[in-house]
Amino acid sequence: MTSLPKTTDASLGLVIDLDTCVGCHACVVSCKEWNTGAYGAPLADADPYGADPVGSFLNRIHSFEITPETGPAQVVHFPKSCLHCADAPCVTVCPTGASYKRQEDGIVLVNEADCIGCGLCAWACPYGAREMDPVEKVMKKCTLCVDRIYNDNIPEEDRLPSCVRTCPAGARHFGDLSDPDSDVSRLVADRGGLDLMPELGTAPVNKYLPPRPKDRAGAPAPLPAETTEGADGFFGWLDRTLDRL
Amino acid sequence: MHPAPSIIVFTTLSGLGFGLMVWLGVAPPTKTPWVMAFFACLAMGLASAGLMSSLLHLGHPERAWKALSQWRSSWLSREGVAAVVTLAVFAAYAGLWVLTGARSPALGALAAALALVTILCTAMIYTQLRTVPRWHDPLTPLVFLAYALAGGALLNGAMDALPWLLAALAGLQAAAWARGDGAFARAGSTAETATGLGAMGRVRLLEPPHTGRNYLLTEMVYKVGRKHARKLRIIAFTLAIALPLILTLAVSVGHALAGLLVLSHLTGTLIARWLFFAEAEHVVGLYYGAHRDSLAG
Amino acid sequence: MVQPKLDLSPPVADEIRQTTCYMCACRCGINVHMRDGAVKYIEGNRDHPVNRGVLCAKGSAGIMNHLSPARLRAPLKRTGPRGSGEFTEITWEEALQTAADWLAPVRETAPEKLAFFTGRDQSQSFTGWWAQQFGTPNYAAHGGFCSVNMAAGGIYTLGGAFWEFGAPDWERTRLFLLFGVAEDHDSNPIKMGLGRLKARGAKIIAINPVRTGYNAIADEWLGITPGTDGLFILALIHVLLKSGKIDLDYLSRFTNAPVLLDADGLFARDDQGRELVWDRATDTARPFDTPGLKPALHGDFDGRTPVFQRLAEKYLDAQYAPEAVADRCGIPAATIRRIAAELAEAAFDHPIEIAQPWTDFRGERHDSFTGRPVSAHAMRGISAHSNGFQTARALHLLQLILGAVETPGGFRFKPPYPKPVSAHPRPHGLATPGKPLDGPHLGYPRGPEDLLLHDDGTPRRIDKAFTWEAPLSAHGLMHMVIANAHAGDPYPIDVLFLYMANMAWNSSMGTARVIEMLTDTDDSGAYKIPHIIYSDAYSSEMVAYADLILPDTTYLERHDCISLLDRPICEPDAVADAIRWPVVEPERPGHEGVQGFQTTLIQLGVKLGLPGMVDAEGAPVFADYADYMINHQRRPGIGPLAGFRGNGSEAGRGAPNPGQIDAYIENGGFWLAHVPEEARFMKPANMAYQTWAAEMGFYVSDAPEPYLFQLYAEPLRRFQRAAQGHGDIQPPDHLRERLAETMDPLPIWYPPFEETRIDTDSFPLHAITQRPAAMYHSWGSQNAWLRQIHGVNPLFVPGAIWEAQGFEEGDWATLTSPHGSITVPVVRMDALNAHTVWTWNAIGKRRGAWALEPDAPEATKGFLLNHLIHELLPERGDGRRWANSDPITGQAAWYDLRVRIEKAPPQAAARPDLGTQISPVGTGPAELRFGSRWS
Ligand SMILES: Nc1nc2c(c(=O)[nH]1)N[C@H]1C(S)=C(S)[C@@H](COP(=O)(O)OP(=O)(O)OC[C@H]3O[C@@H](n4cnc5c(=O)[nH]c(N)nc54)[C@H](O)[C@@H]3O)O[C@H]1N2
Ligand SMILES: Nc1nc2c(c(=O)[nH]1)N[C@H]1C(S)=C(S)[C@@H](COP(=O)(O)OP(=O)(O)OC[C@H]3O[C@@H](n4cnc5c(=O)[nH]c(N)nc54)[C@H](O)[C@@H]3O)O[C@H]1N2
Ligand code: SF4
Ligand code: SF4
Ligand code: SF4
Ligand code: SF4
Ligand code: SF4
Ligand SMILES: [Mo]
Repeated sequence: MTSLPKTTDASLGLVIDLDTCVGCHACVVSCKEWNTGAYGAPLADADPYGADPVGSFLNRIHSFEITPETGPAQVVHFPKSCLHCADAPCVTVCPTGASYKRQEDGIVLVNEADCIGCGLCAWACPYGAREMDPVEKVMKKCTLCVDRIYNDNIPEEDRLPSCVRTCPAGARHFGDLSDPDSDVSRLVADRGGLDLMPELGTAPVNKYLPPRPKDRAGAPAPLPAETTEGADGFFGWLDRTLDRL
Repeated sequence: MHPAPSIIVFTTLSGLGFGLMVWLGVAPPTKTPWVMAFFACLAMGLASAGLMSSLLHLGHPERAWKALSQWRSSWLSREGVAAVVTLAVFAAYAGLWVLTGARSPALGALAAALALVTILCTAMIYTQLRTVPRWHDPLTPLVFLAYALAGGALLNGAMDALPWLLAALAGLQAAAWARGDGAFARAGSTAETATGLGAMGRVRLLEPPHTGRNYLLTEMVYKVGRKHARKLRIIAFTLAIALPLILTLAVSVGHALAGLLVLSHLTGTLIARWLFFAEAEHVVGLYYGAHRDSLAG
Repeated sequence: MVQPKLDLSPPVADEIRQTTCYMCACRCGINVHMRDGAVKYIEGNRDHPVNRGVLCAKGSAGIMNHLSPARLRAPLKRTGPRGSGEFTEITWEEALQTAADWLAPVRETAPEKLAFFTGRDQSQSFTGWWAQQFGTPNYAAHGGFCSVNMAAGGIYTLGGAFWEFGAPDWERTRLFLLFGVAEDHDSNPIKMGLGRLKARGAKIIAINPVRTGYNAIADEWLGITPGTDGLFILALIHVLLKSGKIDLDYLSRFTNAPVLLDADGLFARDDQGRELVWDRATDTARPFDTPGLKPALHGDFDGRTPVFQRLAEKYLDAQYAPEAVADRCGIPAATIRRIAAELAEAAFDHPIEIAQPWTDFRGERHDSFTGRPVSAHAMRGISAHSNGFQTARALHLLQLILGAVETPGGFRFKPPYPKPVSAHPRPHGLATPGKPLDGPHLGYPRGPEDLLLHDDGTPRRIDKAFTWEAPLSAHGLMHMVIANAHAGDPYPIDVLFLYMANMAWNSSMGTARVIEMLTDTDDSGAYKIPHIIYSDAYSSEMVAYADLILPDTTYLERHDCISLLDRPICEPDAVADAIRWPVVEPERPGHEGVQGFQTTLIQLGVKLGLPGMVDAEGAPVFADYADYMINHQRRPGIGPLAGFRGNGSEAGRGAPNPGQIDAYIENGGFWLAHVPEEARFMKPANMAYQTWAAEMGFYVSDAPEPYLFQLYAEPLRRFQRAAQGHGDIQPPDHLRERLAETMDPLPIWYPPFEETRIDTDSFPLHAITQRPAAMYHSWGSQNAWLRQIHGVNPLFVPGAIWEAQGFEEGDWATLTSPHGSITVPVVRMDALNAHTVWTWNAIGKRRGAWALEPDAPEATKGFLLNHLIHELLPERGDGRRWANSDPITGQAAWYDLRVRIEKAPPQAAARPDLGTQISPVGTGPAELRFGSRWS
């Protein structure tokens, strides 16, 4: 059914810390590496060694420059993948029921066996989280590593999305955003987690932690102006201090 | 949005086909059943050709039948179902009439109604998308209807209704263009809301996630120059609306002229439909540094 | 329609094989998931000390290098002209014999006619040993054009440096200064560290003209003007001295601040050569290691003054006041003063005490370690300038006056460092036909007597390392080898043997010129560099210019040794080393095949009968590199691998253990042993550390090597005095003035050389490059996944210039330096120093290389900034060839580049166009569906 579940047992998702992401693309490649030849058809690459390489990726890093009213311009590296929206337009538009949101954990998936590659779900997604595979011609999107996070063949501590496990800066957090006591929920509360394009009413589950304020001068006590005027003043001070050691 | 030929042809032909069905349903040519047979085949041919070309756009046409299953929530699914039902009812109506000579006005009306529903479903596929502000507007279904009915009237030779429909189409298309131009700015999605970084200042793309193309850029971040689009609007308006309107008012339309008008209207409609996609701006472009002039207003 | 049934526990791997990544030189531990005998997925090894389970983009894309269509498949012999790429595949036997035929006569007559230089210096202790046994003085890895300023600046000051020698104390530091770092060799550890600082709320200040990556997430960004960091640092020191915010106790005990300088500016020493200090308690001169000293830091003691007095007098001078340097650095004076105040507050108002008693080399017992939680890290933003060595020393001086080296919260060294200069070898360059070299090539000169000069003063080495042009060139000058060999200055060579260094492309300054030199012929039509042997794993640009290719495997197909004899993977609290082993066998079906280069080198050594590689009867001592790793002993009991020696449980020192490699494989591809608790801080002075280090074999002397941090570097003073006309070994006259100025024993700043020789009005901008996190030099473009992220590189132009010159999106520009010009695509950037343009490093490629299609974006729109850089400084009309390098270490001054920019009409491709090469391995497939066999 491409109608959305009213509520889900859990709302698993990612929390991306934009104050810590250094834009290294590790999550992008780790995601492609895990998902190609795992969930569904391989993530193909057309013309991979030619003039116009086009491959399907489930997660990408944009880099934005922000010009504040005052102070130097800033740069923010911005990971973007499916937000597993609670009110996911990409699910309701799908004509075959291939696009669905799981009742158990709210993960939005594509059942590739039913996907006719019409592309409408990608049109409906504001965030560009879906890409048609250039060779398989089915819709590809973040699966929240549904084949890792419950996998008995993986050690308990590693049942995490591949992108979260590999992020060197620790900017990616995974958990249940419907549980107020989860680490991710507390993180969102502490850091004022934001939704993307809230005005479109998709109710995303993934949250983004805004960068902490930058270029703020620390406020230490100003250094004593000229306790050691010139070299000889300095050496006077030096002697007094050395004697006290 | 990328103006894919298959989608442009699909929406234009199926619009004309189902538009003609509406006329054939409620105001058919009454000379001989064979004229009706011709027009019925024309209508069903156009509609079917439209559906076929939409299959070209699919990644897996072999599973297209699955697209009929989600009519409860998906406009694309509803359009499929409506199209199939309409074709069936219309075929029955036309077949009955041609074979038995007896025309059933009720069946005709039903076919016409179903054709209208199909046209609306097609339009709603685009209208429902909040991600494309230019489309997400009540005028979109009205314009689709106007094109379908005007085109149908032209094909059906309903010369008395045609001027009114063309006039209505003129108003609706002009209004749609005018409102559409401000739609993106009005919708309120910006690079700031797309990234959540507005509190820090003005947001601008510094570096895209990949230096090559990808599906999103090809499919949804299509750029057409403002000057070029203006020129095409004038051509489309002239061919699809102005020329047919003036000629039908000024002179009695014989078969040769009617053929010319159909050709003119069809060409104009295809261009207008091309613009409908090419000028449509998807919010995903905000992640790729697009739409800055639309937002600048 | 109900939700489809999902298999939530699909199979992951038949087997997980653990080895060491080699998609860059950070040496992370990886889990290689095998399915049906093939590599399916690579993830980080959670237990590995370097990366603790994380991987970067390159590491995760390792599969696409391992399966790259650019992989070489057989030894190659050149058939077409150099650069054409025309080769025939030959057998290994023919390849080795060809090499031996070229090398044997050279060894017998003039070993120096072989120049053997390696790129990735991962197995430098092996390749260096091979070159030593061959007998050529002309060997080095590529540190000379990479970051030798960082290494040498650090070792001559602290006994260790940034890079992999040490790390900030991520868990305890409060304020972290990041100078000129885009990625660094320690790329994952730095990302993990920055993540920890964010989590702990420590403040990060980034000093970098470009605000991306690490510098984008820093709490404060200083968009410094390139080449001026030394001024900024010395101004900080000026303010800290003036306000008395320095750690006098630390300076007195653990640095050479109190050491007395004689009239010549050399250390006063007792008859056993121990530096003397003035003991205020007894009012006499005493050796620095006397217990209970109360050393004087200023005053005149029989004509001798403590180092600290000279230091204070120097940096209290008004020329170092913030107001005097602000404009040149592009950092407001108030900001400099405020940052000095923040440094002082963090260091002195928030000291860290670790209640761990320890004993220093004076035998004095301390009941705790006192930490000054201020740390710093720096890389090529500092080192890749002609003033980089002194700037590195200035930064270390700043750390020392705050007492923040080897203390909790400061900068901490990783075994086998820290080591004083005295514990390092001196350079050796005495070539004797048919005989090994008289000692290790590279070392740390103590004075002019250690230079490698013939009696007539001419250089022994082809790259003029350890000459008056680059006295402390501890890593050699690889970037000068081709130019000098081609110019026959100091002498011509016969065989250029390169390994893993793309010298015909992005590793060279002025690529087009280097290509000309490689292909230039003398009047008899023979190439000026007669023979070029090259070992690469992939079809790079350098392959096209070689005569003989000895193909290497990929990093998943061979043994490698990350040894304590080179640059291991230790942590401040743990000694560790690692291996690579063939996770998959190297198969190249239908071709002669490839083998690990180190094994090839051993076979070549056997053919040449090199001592240590063949026994008395001429039989091979080592069957292959794995055999060498297990059985080679550099000193009794000290081999390439320190773990699982002897019966399998001995560490550091022990007899060779045949099962050693298997033990490493069993242990996840690495070995680790913790530094004893008491030995973890103040390592240079901490006797617990010194005795442990000696037992582990870190010191050649096998004895403790305690020492003082060197605020004042005596070796520099010795070279300065020689330049000033003292001593029996003196520089040629044309170098006196420069050496007298730059060889200051206390850190100084001087303007980068290039800008002093050109009209800066016609070259007003600085031009630099940055490492893209997702690419490693030139070997990333062959990677199907990575090249979609960086397939072409734009030039980033500051907003003010963008508007002033009317640039628009999609425009092109011509960038001109004193040495050439390029025409390239441009984009705007505002978070950038207003006088600096930059691009990503090494994205541009030559058509035909890397198995890419000829019209690939890398070969059309991508470009190298290298075309604008010259290995020599602009002419000064004195007919001399002045290297565009640091005058002390010879480090290539990549980032001294000055340019101007003009708008250019749209282009079809970037310029210059350096032609096309035929690919010996064809081009890659039109489509990839990796994993299709398992989905
Ligand atoms: N403009 C500019 N130029 C620069 C720099 C800069 O910052 N700006 N940086 C400079 C610095 S610091 C450096 S270190 C150099 C680049 O440092 P290099 O190490 O010279 O890197 P590459 O030039 O890419 O050459 C590496 C070569 O090794 C080959 N290779 C890769 N893996 C293997 C393997 O397993 N076995 C073998 N045998 N070969 C292998 C690759 O195919 C490639 O041809 O670039 C220098 N050039
Ligand atoms: N992903 C990846 N990692 C790598 C490499 C790679 O190719 N790719 N290469 C490896 C190698 S060989 C090396 S040598 C290291 C180099 O590691 P880095 O030194 O981090 O590499 P660079 O890109 O040279 O970075 C120089 C940085 O200094 C800044 N800079 C330039 N001039 C100045 C200046 O005058 N002052 C200051 N404060 N900053 C300045 C530049 O903007 C840039 O951010 O990286 C290693 N790690
Ligand atoms: S791996 Fe982490 S730091 Fe790197 S781009 Fe992804 S989220 Fe950012
Ligand atoms: S981010 Fe896009 S694809 Fe993902 S659930 Fe929301 S609308 Fe659907
Ligand atoms: S592309 Fe596939 S998942 Fe997306 S709407 Fe069409 S059928 Fe549904
Ligand atoms: S959760 Fe899994 S599928 Fe989603 S972006 Fe991360 S690695 Fe990719
Ligand atoms: S930093 Fe990345 S490429 Fe380098 S060794 Fe680690 S995982 Fe491999
Ligand atoms: Mo380097």
